Amino acid sequence: MQTLAFLAVFLPLLGCALAGAPILAGARGHGVDRWAQLSTSACVAIAALCSVAIFWSVALNHQPRNFELLTWIDSGAFEASWAIKLDALSATMLCVVTIVSTCVHVYSIGYMGHDPAIPRFMSYLSLFTFFMLMLVTADNFVQMFFGWEGVGLASYLLIGFWHDRESANAASIKAFVVNRVGDFGLALGIFGVFLMFGSVHFDTVFQAAPAKAGETISFLWFEGHALTILCLLLFVGAMGKSAQLGLHTWLPDAMEGPTPVSALIHAATMVTAGVFMVARLSPMFELAPAALHVVCIVGALTAIFAASVGLVQNDIKRVIAYSTCSQLGYMFFAAGVSAYSAAIFHLMTHAFFKALLFLGSGSVIHALEGEQDMRRMGGLGPKIRITYWMMMIGSLALAGIGIPFVFGFAGFYSKDIVLESAFAAHSGPGAFAFWLGIAAAAMTAFYSWRLLFMTFSGQPRGDHHAHEHAHESPAVMLVPLYVLAFGAIVAGAAGYAYFVGDHRGEFWGAAIKVLPEHDSVGHAHHVPAWVKVLPLVASVAGIGMSWGLYIRNPEVPARLAARFQGLYLFLLNKWWFDELYDRLFVRPSFGLGTALWKKGDGAVIDGLGADGLAANTLAAARRVSALQTGYVYHYAFAMLIGVVAFATWYLVRG
Amino acid sequence: MTIGLGHYLSVAAILFTLGILGIFLNRKNVIVILMSIELMLLAVNINLVAFSAHHGDLVGQVFALMVLTVAAAEAAIGLAILVVYFRNRGTIEVEDINLMKG
Repeated sequence: MQTLAFLAVFLPLLGCALAGAPILAGARGHGVDRWAQLSTSACVAIAALCSVAIFWSVALNHQPRNFELLTWIDSGAFEASWAIKLDALSATMLCVVTIVSTCVHVYSIGYMGHDPAIPRFMSYLSLFTFFMLMLVTADNFVQMFFGWEGVGLASYLLIGFWHDRESANAASIKAFVVNRVGDFGLALGIFGVFLMFGSVHFDTVFQAAPAKAGETISFLWFEGHALTILCLLLFVGAMGKSAQLGLHTWLPDAMEGPTPVSALIHAATMVTAGVFMVARLSPMFELAPAALHVVCIVGALTAIFAASVGLVQNDIKRVIAYSTCSQLGYMFFAAGVSAYSAAIFHLMTHAFFKALLFLGSGSVIHALEGEQDMRRMGGLGPKIRITYWMMMIGSLALAGIGIPFVFGFAGFYSKDIVLESAFAAHSGPGAFAFWLGIAAAAMTAFYSWRLLFMTFSGQPRGDHHAHEHAHESPAVMLVPLYVLAFGAIVAGAAGYAYFVGDHRGEFWGAAIKVLPEHDSVGHAHHVPAWVKVLPLVASVAGIGMSWGLYIRNPEVPARLAARFQGLYLFLLNKWWFDELYDRLFVRPSFGLGTALWKKGDGAVIDGLGADGLAANTLAAARRVSALQTGYVYHYAFAMLIGVVAFATWYLVRG
Repeated sequence: MTIGLGHYLSVAAILFTLGILGIFLNRKNVIVILMSIELMLLAVNINLVAFSAHHGDLVGQVFALMVLTVAAAEAAIGLAILVVYFRNRGTIEVEDINLMKG
């Protein structure tokens, strides 16, 4: 078992090294590219098989384990070790990460086939996978932080993968800087945990947490409930990584990276790390109800905000990016009503259908030789029929379509349980999240079908030439789509009983802790029938509206946009968040930087310090050297003056 | 009026001052400087001889002869350097000899 766990976590690192080694040794060429593609894909695929075996043993047969690999830091009371913690939560994440990662690796063989830097790309992908696995298998805060920062680094490298594009560089820096803001909160939270508990080990902290539930801690200028403050600080980190409202601005820009990266990092895995962390820390969050309310409200606001912006975007990848942001909001408000299991369930199903949608959109972009603007697509359905159906499956899963009590796509189960839990929480934030979630569900269905209709139906609006040459992707890109589509169809039905249904108690074991009075998932099974049906109704209504606006009366959207121009521009410009941040933070920072550079460094340090000293010395030397005329009689005169002066001196003194 | 030591010393002092002024006020050529140096040496000689006669000590006159010898050698070397200098630089103007200018 230990070998399996070791293989699952470290094989991607090996793949990363194998792919990168020939490049570092100076080798180039087709053989090196092929080697990089095969070695990384094989390593990640084996890791995926190991993960499935681990999931079988740990999660389905309820045998959680914890392997300590070696001590990392041992300084006084502070101890942290490298460890692999296997329980239902980390086993689920292991499976999701490695399976999606395998699909993306294989897909990249085709999608990135003509890129000049294939080994670098494959190596980064594997490196990301390794860091993500370190994050989810951590048994202490410090290792989790290591993985957390590692995935941030990999994300930065991959967003800026095409570093000859200025926009890609800007996007990668933006992602990194915004994540720093969140990570600052996370780091403070970890410091606070160590201050409170004297340990960063999860199990130790969780056992000690109930005893500390009443304590207070002073933070900045006020004294507050300790666990609430800690949880809020940690949640700031989750907000940054999971692109929640306020720190979400980097995620849409991250679409500058290659599409497989968007699928793996910015849809399926890394951005869900925040949700994972909240679920992992459920024993702490359960004792901080105020923090849970904040999580719930932020999640609900993100869900509605991102869905509303997604309604009007025209870039195919940005629509899906906002959809991701919105779905992350669902996960957070589920966690906020103590339905951690529902959040992780939605995380798992979302990973499949969102990766499917991204890879499908990559297939569309591939077919059109790089076109991403949906206004220049249309009529592609008959041309790329398989991609069309894959996107259709992804959208059905995203919108949560299904026949109640018979069968549904993945999102049908997970989104419903999330919304039902929010309703069943019977709290103010829960109700708030429920109604916003219903509205966001309608919007989700609307923009998903808007995407499908604009891309695949109607008349071709773009370049005739590109449309005629549109071609189906090769098998190496389609097979990963099949795998993910299979997941998007069955993951919900297969996982329901274990994740949130009757077997959830023994499935999760000690991995997730919910106080008995917070058991919203349990209550969710006994909500009124209208609550169960409402999300589906909202989704179908959204699809109907989309059909009405984009198929039946295609001229209406433009009229609506003109009629409600203010609202349209508000949504198109993402609620002016970027402009607001630009005013509030970016420009003052630039101004401060320029001032320090020009005034502080240039005028003060250089002017008075290094350069000034040198210039003054030079000027003085020039003045002194003017005395040296070079005329012999001047020197002789100086000697004479000297002699006279000395003689006078002696005569006067006697 | 008898001519005493004071007169000799006065003449020597005047000659010495003329030599110094010749060096410092001269703006023409180096030969004048050499001649001024000769003048200063001669002033010293007059002093030596005057004191020698005054004290009745011959050592002063011997030393004056020594100075004459050295002055002759110095004049010869100085003129030789001047000739070479003129060949190299084409001028012996004092104004132009300022290679040591800082």
